Amino acid sequence: MAEAERLLGLAVIGILAGGVYGLLAVGLSLQIGICRVLNITHGEFAMLGGVLTFTLVELGINPLVAPVIIGPILFGIGFLLQATLFKGIKVRAPSPAAFEGNALLAAFGVMYIISYIARMEFGTRALPTHYLTEGLQFLGVSIQLNLIVGFAVAAVLGIAVYLFLTRSRLGRAIRATAEDQPTAELMGVNTNTVLALCFGLGALLAGIAGTLISLRSDVNTGIGFNNTIIALIVVTLGGLGSVPGSFVAGIIIGIVSMMVAGLWESVLIVPVYYAMLMVLLLARPTGIFGKK
Amino acid sequence: MVGFLILLIAFVLTFPLYGGAYPTRVLIVMLMYTVLAVSWAMFSGTTGYMSLAPAAFFGTGIYSTALLQHYLPFPVIIVIAGLISFVLAFLLGLVTLRLKGIYFTIFSFGLVVFIGNTINYVEAEIFGRHGWIFEALDRTTLLYTMLGLAVVTVLAAYFISRSRLGLAMRSIGGNEEAAEHMGVNTTRIKVLTFAISAIFMGAAGVVVAPSLSYSNSGIAFSVTYSFIPIVAAVFGGMGQLYGPVIGALVFGFLEKTLKATLLTYFMLGFGIIMVVVILFLPNGLIGLVPILRDKLGGVIQKLRKGGQAEQHADT
Amino acid sequence: MPILEGQGVTKYFGGLAAVSNVDFHVDRGEILGLIGPNGAGKTTLFNLISAALPASSGEIRFKGQKLNGLKPHQICRMGIARTFQETKVFPNMPVLQNVLVGAFFGSPKRVSGADAAGEASQALEFVGLSAVSTAPVKDLTLVSQKRVEVARALATKPELLLLDELMAGLNPAEVSEAMELVTRIRDKGITIIMVEHVMKAIMGISARVMVLHHGEKLADGTCNEIACNRKVIEVYLGEETHAGS
Repeated sequence: MAEAERLLGLAVIGILAGGVYGLLAVGLSLQIGICRVLNITHGEFAMLGGVLTFTLVELGINPLVAPVIIGPILFGIGFLLQATLFKGIKVRAPSPAAFEGNALLAAFGVMYIISYIARMEFGTRALPTHYLTEGLQFLGVSIQLNLIVGFAVAAVLGIAVYLFLTRSRLGRAIRATAEDQPTAELMGVNTNTVLALCFGLGALLAGIAGTLISLRSDVNTGIGFNNTIIALIVVTLGGLGSVPGSFVAGIIIGIVSMMVAGLWESVLIVPVYYAMLMVLLLARPTGIFGKK
Repeated sequence: MVGFLILLIAFVLTFPLYGGAYPTRVLIVMLMYTVLAVSWAMFSGTTGYMSLAPAAFFGTGIYSTALLQHYLPFPVIIVIAGLISFVLAFLLGLVTLRLKGIYFTIFSFGLVVFIGNTINYVEAEIFGRHGWIFEALDRTTLLYTMLGLAVVTVLAAYFISRSRLGLAMRSIGGNEEAAEHMGVNTTRIKVLTFAISAIFMGAAGVVVAPSLSYSNSGIAFSVTYSFIPIVAAVFGGMGQLYGPVIGALVFGFLEKTLKATLLTYFMLGFGIIMVVVILFLPNGLIGLVPILRDKLGGVIQKLRKGGQAEQHADT
Repeated sequence: MPILEGQGVTKYFGGLAAVSNVDFHVDRGEILGLIGPNGAGKTTLFNLISAALPASSGEIRFKGQKLNGLKPHQICRMGIARTFQETKVFPNMPVLQNVLVGAFFGSPKRVSGADAAGEASQALEFVGLSAVSTAPVKDLTLVSQKRVEVARALATKPELLLLDELMAGLNPAEVSEAMELVTRIRDKGITIIMVEHVMKAIMGISARVMVLHHGEKLADGTCNEIACNRKVIEVYLGEETHAGS
């Protein structure tokens, strides 16, 4: 029974970690769903968040304060990317399909640019950033405080984003733009700014997710790719465009990853996700909470 | 254009006479990227469904050689890898090509990681190891084989594009809903073409493997092997068949020669080139040709007029 | 037996019924006009017939055969072709190749290259576009692009042709030309359902007219019956209609 307890404990860890995955996915969901950019670079934003957290900690800043600085920086990067690059591609694209294809390829390019610039600055070594590592003994596993903090922050941000999107005027403008950009434009919405805001917001959320990740594990300049994969899987599982969907899916993915790592090998985690997703796609193509 | 290709083939055929070991490997890699870029463009260029999967099939090819090189003759390995790639692509296509393009792209991307990680696990469990050494094959044989594969791939792309299959694919790329309403069984066409294109990618992996000294699942299934052929095809220009060929030769050369020494700058440069090309040259180099022709034509006209003016001035 | 008939055809989008319990029929060789204010469900009905969308309930039968559950390419090969409200040509392909797609894939049996080319040329000639057969379609005017769509649909050798707002955006002279084209298609023995807002065209060439409003069938009968139908007149009061000369 100790084993079962341990598994349960792992599941709890998975839930807590999953909250951060959900946060990561929400950002991507915004970028794909609203800006229609399949942003392969998303994980790199998380990487930047983690790496910048390390830098700030080195400078003596409390990592929990780091998001205050990291957030705006990443928001700015995302905002600029959408406002210049992706808008430029959209303007020149002969059709929406061409735009999506080109935007994806450009995002690919940006991914290499960001990750290799980071590599030039920080090298490839692991950057130790553990914080709040005191653990609570629970169900046979040690649950570190950073996991709980991470989940809490992610949950608060998630709720904030959800309320923002559904209750605020700007949120309505965003949803209108996502539904029908030309009409939204006619109704007085500055859609270019809205899109850039969304992309920036997505990058910001990813950056903060990166900070939260850095609390409990070493980061390095190469983690972007894996985080992109996770974000993609969570977004697809939870349904594009759904904030609650991203979180529910994130938690599921978190649990699954801990189970696979605990029972099998961590290298099998992604294959298991992938297989899960394929099966899900056969049954329900739009994801758990997806629409359209 | 045919002339250019013939010259190229002749060049490669005579290369072993004066080329050393390293230059031969460079040429092999350049031809390998040609196979990857052309077969990628075969499906993604015409139907507009962006596949990020080439690395998955390519890696399968490399691993086919790694596992079977001591047991089966080379040509058989090529056939096996081609078959496995076909089946993999067929299955992936069957599940994801019925849905919106974005899911296909995401899953094609994930396929690379999926297979890579699964193999990583399996090879440790079953073989107890993580890396594979390749038995060296005579490099002239390898060069000619890769050349043959490249020629076959280009010919296949050519004949497909001129066939009714090619017409159906272009109609899907033009307007999928309309194509469906004109009697095109879009799902079947997409899945079939995607699977066919995967065969060549798998074969490319088989053929290039012996010229690598070593590989493991991280190297073989590196997403860069999806990225570079795509950049090459887009950079070269997908309007014409030879666009991807030219792009692949250029980038294959750069990758093989520069990457080892200047990895960081190289990948950085790649990213920048991709972004610049997408923004300013969405039709690739080939798209430049009519623009250059116009500009050049304008310059030549002006020179002529200037010349005439001088003549008149002299009299 | 009518060539196409529908019973209780219904389509829900979420909670909203775009088409609600519509019974209809089209007789072989006639032109049926399909009219109604914007959002009445006309294009949705076309989408249900051509299987672009699945019906929520109800049955549609073509030559006695149920269409439910079939896919668009199968419907095409059975003999139903259509054009689209937003012109859906293959923009980067030459005109001839656009039509060739229809010629090659629109029939249930395998078509040889020569036969397909012949069909395509004939269709282009029929709509009067032979001169521009090599031009990329995106370079043509809207009027010509609509004709390419018609030629492409004709190349699939349909028995029933669905025309979705063929005359939208056309000036009166172009409308007359289009009316003449549609009549010539009917004279070839092809049954036609026309969605139009251009009343001159509907009243000019339709044998019968069906009126949809908020997804429901409001009326159906000859042009005179419809023109005198009080409910129809009420619905159109305040709507902009092109009451041609």
